[in-house]
Amino acid sequence: MSGPSTYVPKWGIAKWMDARLPLPRMVYDSFIAYPVPRNLNYFWTFGGILMLMLVSQIITGVVLAMHYTPHSTLAFNSVESIMRDVEYGWLIRYMHSTGASFFFIAVYIHIFRGLYYGSYKAPREVLWILGCIIFLLMMATAFMGYVLPWGQMSFWGATVITNLFSAIPLVGETIVTFLWGGYSVDNPTLTRFFSLHFLLPFMIFGVVILHVWALHVTGQNNPTGVEVKAVQKDTVPFTPYATIKDAFAMICFFVVFSYFIFYMPNYLGHADNYVQANPAVTPPHIVPEWYFLPFYAILRAVPDKLGGVMLMGAAVVILAFLPWLDTSKVKSMRYRPLARQCFWAFAVTCVVLGWLGSRPAEQPYVLLSQIFSALYFAYFLIALPLLGLFETPNKLPGSIAESVLSKIKGGSAAAVGAAAASEPNTKG
Amino acid sequence: MNLFRTTLAACAAIIIGTAAIPAAQAAGGGTKPPEYPWSFDGPFGTFDRAQLQRGYKVFREVCSACHAMGLVRFRNLSQKGGPEFTEAQVRALAADFKIMDGPNEQGEMFERPGRPSDAFPKPFPNEQAARAANGGAYPPDMSVLAKARNYERGFPLFLFDILTQYQEGGPDYIKAVMTGYEDPPAGTTLQPGQNWNKYMPGNIIAMPNVLNDGQIEYPKGPDGKPSAPETAKQYAADVTAFLVWAAEPHMEQRKRIGFQVIVFLTLFAGLLYFTKKRIWSRLPEHAPGTH
Repeated sequence: MSGPSTYVPKWGIAKWMDARLPLPRMVYDSFIAYPVPRNLNYFWTFGGILMLMLVSQIITGVVLAMHYTPHSTLAFNSVESIMRDVEYGWLIRYMHSTGASFFFIAVYIHIFRGLYYGSYKAPREVLWILGCIIFLLMMATAFMGYVLPWGQMSFWGATVITNLFSAIPLVGETIVTFLWGGYSVDNPTLTRFFSLHFLLPFMIFGVVILHVWALHVTGQNNPTGVEVKAVQKDTVPFTPYATIKDAFAMICFFVVFSYFIFYMPNYLGHADNYVQANPAVTPPHIVPEWYFLPFYAILRAVPDKLGGVMLMGAAVVILAFLPWLDTSKVKSMRYRPLARQCFWAFAVTCVVLGWLGSRPAEQPYVLLSQIFSALYFAYFLIALPLLGLFETPNKLPGSIAESVLSKIKGGSAAAVGAAAASEPNTKG
Repeated sequence: MNLFRTTLAACAAIIIGTAAIPAAQAAGGGTKPPEYPWSFDGPFGTFDRAQLQRGYKVFREVCSACHAMGLVRFRNLSQKGGPEFTEAQVRALAADFKIMDGPNEQGEMFERPGRPSDAFPKPFPNEQAARAANGGAYPPDMSVLAKARNYERGFPLFLFDILTQYQEGGPDYIKAVMTGYEDPPAGTTLQPGQNWNKYMPGNIIAMPNVLNDGQIEYPKGPDGKPSAPETAKQYAADVTAFLVWAAEPHMEQRKRIGFQVIVFLTLFAGLLYFTKKRIWSRLPEHAPGTH
């Protein structure tokens, strides 16, 4: 996709640099000349938005770390002192805490876009798996970050989640003791979580670089799922076309983000986390942050602890196997009428699981969690493998350029498109 | 789309059917508090200075006998966006308290009048002393209490709250609890030190009813009448507003900057949109009239 470099250094210093470390050439090839399918819709702007969110979280996080004290007796009040006495500390902290939620909003849109348009299929399997690794690292980072304010939910959330590891046979208890740095969640747990919460975002950044690299090798998928055939006709240069579109989408995303930072900063959080951690008092209802709720519902759907942990783990890991579970050769759900319905049913299932995760672990929620967990896995293990074998896809456009033209010219081009429609793209 | 529609309908039926359950459970534990029209509601909400000053008086004369507010300092009382007492008033308010300081050059602790830089002194030296004096119950620190309390809004109200910016669950609950004391229903016997409250989850609360009509004297207006009704309801509203400020002292600045940021970003987005349209119109099939 990247093709041969078209970079021509203009100035002497650029030529000098190009012969030694071709960094300007890399930037030019990756962010200026890089060909982007011309038919991308706004769902494709979330990659850029996520990059922005990662940078925003790292900057606000580094500033917060300057004022935060990772100690079980001081952490809660040090966060409050950031809120009260640090200049614009409330802004930095609300950007960071609300930012975590918006990071997940963006990543879920990004993932569901990939699911809908089949972005995980060949030749983008590695790109997709790298994304799954980023998602897993994000979950770990967000979980440990939520522990740092050392409120009641921090403490009890940490207790519940770390305790899950005790379900592992033989070594479980040892692992939990190792995670805690003792025999209960306490100061050693807080200090190691703080250290790891600082480290992991930079690891995410590293995997993001690989993710972008893999993206620039295969090129972007697009709403038709038809690969680029003629760079001249099917693509536009990244700059200015994608840059300006991404910038517009980022600012729109930040309007919504700002609405929550400034007007509803605690809406996505939990009131109990403004009560300092107290090992002697269990909150009546321990719930994780909203972005973990679907997985929490799957965890609690299984009466057996080890089974629940394994099923929850499988719910995340199964994403990485998607490129091989989906047997259809057609990428985009646009041309897969049955799979499209399954996709939307799956999306609703995830929302319902999220809602079930926020309910107490009692009937009828447990039963519903079991039903919807089954539906969740059915999408990956039954619907996608079988649909590829039995579903008759609609006709694909012959090329990206053709699909764009048919949209603009309406009926006449559609006829041309139908005539020129090629066979569905093959997997390899 | 039949399969999808069926799933969606089934899910909707399940959610609506079971959404009634938490409400029913909550009713067993405590009634939903009514929504009070706070001056700090909404995107342009600000604190009512006079109300915060009255609220401080209620806190000082009633709550602070048992509750600490250790994160608030007297100097905060004169900061912008708060009760905005004058600095002279704050010095006088602080000097009302005796603060333990030291050690001095002789190595001894000593008492001195409070200063604006002091935190509000705590009523008890430690948790054990607080429990001993309160029949075993520990009155929580009130610094962030307004953010640490809430009640479940339930579906679909929690979605509408995003648009209405309802985030006064904490103050609504606190105000309701303070005025929610009732005789227990027939057949319920309370242990000594227990009280019945309509809004408390589980209905049993250690804190007794502390606010009664006419108990606290409010500043008089020029006509010689109190500046606000001297009723338990008014006291509860005033001290709750004070608690909200104590929990979120920069709220006014936050909402003010928020409006500026959102206006700026919206205009910026508009400019970017037209720039984007202009740039994309260079592509032949996007330019009007070329086909």
